[in-house]
Amino acid sequence: MDFDLTEEQSILKDSLERLLADKYGFEERKRHMAAPEGWSSDMWSHYAEMGLMALPFSEEDGGIGGGPVETMIVMEALGKALALEPYFPTVVLGGGFLRLGGSAEQKAQLIPQAADGSLKLAFAQVERNSRYDLHHVETTARKDGGDFVVTGAKNVVLGGDSAGKLFVTARTAGGPRDENGIGVFLVDADAAGVSRRGYVTQDGQRAAEISFDNVRVPASAAFGDPENALPLVRRVVDQAIAALAAESVGVMSAMNALTVDYLKVRKQFGVPIGAFQVLQHKAVDMYVALEQARSITLYATMMADSDDDAERARAAHAAKTEIGRGGRLVGEHAIQLHGGVGMTMEYAVGHYFKRMTMIDLTFGDHDYHLRALAEAGGLMAA
Amino acid sequence: MDLRFTPEENAFREEVRAFFRDHLPTETRRKLVDGEHMDKDDLVQWTRTLNEKGWAVAHWPKEHGGTGWDPMRQYIFLEELQKFPAPQPLPFGVNMVGPVIYTFGSEAQKKHYLPRIANLDDWWCQGFSEPGAGSDLASLKTRAVREGDHYIVNGQKTWTTLAQYADWIFCLVRTDTEVKKQQGISFLLIDMKTPGIEVRPIVTIDGGREINEVFLTDVKVPVENLVGEENKGWDYAKFLLGNERVNIARVGMSKQRIARIRELAATEFSGGRPLLEDPRFRERLASVEIDLKALELTQLRVVAADAKRGNTGKPDPASSYLKIKGSEIQQATTHLLMEVMGPHAMPYHSDPDDGSNEPPIEPAHAASAAPGYFNFRKVSIYGGSNEIQKNIIAKAVLGL
Repeated sequence: MDFDLTEEQSILKDSLERLLADKYGFEERKRHMAAPEGWSSDMWSHYAEMGLMALPFSEEDGGIGGGPVETMIVMEALGKALALEPYFPTVVLGGGFLRLGGSAEQKAQLIPQAADGSLKLAFAQVERNSRYDLHHVETTARKDGGDFVVTGAKNVVLGGDSAGKLFVTARTAGGPRDENGIGVFLVDADAAGVSRRGYVTQDGQRAAEISFDNVRVPASAAFGDPENALPLVRRVVDQAIAALAAESVGVMSAMNALTVDYLKVRKQFGVPIGAFQVLQHKAVDMYVALEQARSITLYATMMADSDDDAERARAAHAAKTEIGRGGRLVGEHAIQLHGGVGMTMEYAVGHYFKRMTMIDLTFGDHDYHLRALAEAGGLMAA
Repeated sequence: MDLRFTPEENAFREEVRAFFRDHLPTETRRKLVDGEHMDKDDLVQWTRTLNEKGWAVAHWPKEHGGTGWDPMRQYIFLEELQKFPAPQPLPFGVNMVGPVIYTFGSEAQKKHYLPRIANLDDWWCQGFSEPGAGSDLASLKTRAVREGDHYIVNGQKTWTTLAQYADWIFCLVRTDTEVKKQQGISFLLIDMKTPGIEVRPIVTIDGGREINEVFLTDVKVPVENLVGEENKGWDYAKFLLGNERVNIARVGMSKQRIARIRELAATEFSGGRPLLEDPRFRERLASVEIDLKALELTQLRVVAADAKRGNTGKPDPASSYLKIKGSEIQQATTHLLMEVMGPHAMPYHSDPDDGSNEPPIEPAHAASAAPGYFNFRKVSIYGGSNEIQKNIIAKAVLGL
């Protein structure tokens, strides 16, 4: 058992953290948010130069051959900086479909564009009635000759407004909640019949509502089995949850650091407020929640590559539950311990809190995953 | 980064399991599973079995009878011991006074006491807390006054676990009243047979008799029973309290209790179906399991760090975190276990030692469910309450 990073991993961590410390301060982030895309295309280029987009793809596909640990390192750093660029939708989600569901031709055609940062991707999954169920799909993909014709509406497509191509779940057979009959199709974002409305989310990131009106795609647009792609979707999402857990660790550690600093400098009644035991103990609860989150993230990261679907899913459920509830505790305590200043838009801690809160609403909140884990028999069934 | 155990570690785990399977009396194991009271003799016999194998003081340095296992093997050993479950060696000897003696004691003390601890020839108890010195341990008042070759000890210790069985007690005593409170404390080894020692039981809310008051009146203790230097006892006490890192979270024990909860919840019925199928119950169990999994990984991170830098013997604030979370999980699981038995957890079963020969109220295996919950309220109080642990983290980790 070894918890240490390799030398390459340490270099990756250090250089990305240095880049972000240099170029992603609170004021700079505000400027990035005000850009037309809602994020910084300069930073995107920096990430690409560092190889972050190529990171998870295998070397034979033109990538760098990183695994879940490398993704964890990147996501934690991006979380600590509250980075706005669509790395998660493009590299983690889109990249996940390319890696895990792409045919040799699809990989050869698309991975080079994804790996150099020129192609941005998104995953159009959420529907008005799906809530967090990946198998609830009302969007349809009707077979027509050699093509599929996609019709339906998707909500909260993360990074959906800037993506060049969209992975879309659509039903080729069965009713809205059947596990079979779900396909994943790669659709050009500017194809005829696609309309998008981009918007900013509560945490300052970007998303879109996207409708598909008889959008025709060739059979080669299907990733995995068009009749049964749910296992692929689950695999991609389990890995994405491990990545979100890592981002959460970054977000939580930033909130803890800000809060402990504040407790040391803010004076009331003639002393730093950190001298008050009731506040100290809240800060310790935050520390414990962070360490628990860090540990469960390691667990989900190690399981993210597992071919045992049930085991991997249980680890993802556990991680999403733990970071969901731990993140909420840390976020709410961080605001409370900062007092009024924590409520202001002009101070960083609230922005971390909002990102943490949105992460809980992404791919299932802690209640949802706790129920799912319980239904799957728990974590320690013999 | 690789979170898998090595093939050698897995083989070691199998070896440990096989040993427990082959050597632990079935009846001792059953008592542990059912949460029943263990006799002194059960633990003595088991400790001697372990000692014969060389495993009674596994984590001690080799020259003092330890195994030389790295921290990961020590962890695996203890986890398997708790999961099996098999009795843990008496902590007051092997985890507390033993390490103090081999670290700070004289050669004569090492030679005499250490083998006797390993074989449980001497049953040790801990004389730290006093009626007026709990969380503020350094304010203790038990006085030791030097008279020739002896200290004369007067005072009172309390919460002394299993003192009724003890041959020896290690005590913090005040040897200097003129200096700052931490600087006037010494660490004494006292034979419980010395005249002037009286042990009175304290019955705990579960009806158990594990703790006691110990009164010391003009107890004569030879000066060679002083450990290390006079007035340095507080340092040794801090060492003792912070020394425990590999096992403080009791991960194996909580795993064993969760397995037991699953087993019982499969045969207890609620709404005509096994309780284990009740969605709300399952969620609450899963919730604890998640916390425990995270704690296990944290414990392993601490063990791996220890393995890497070598045990410095210095207190590590990680102990405090492991204690807080570990105790919360132990308490959550003892509560769940009681809930599983539902109304059957209600009958009060008198202490079997009272000599009553009435048949138990059925189901007998429910007898320990509520007392187990009541008793385990102690784990967030003893060894430095969780609030004290939070003070330690606030100071040592957060710098507040």
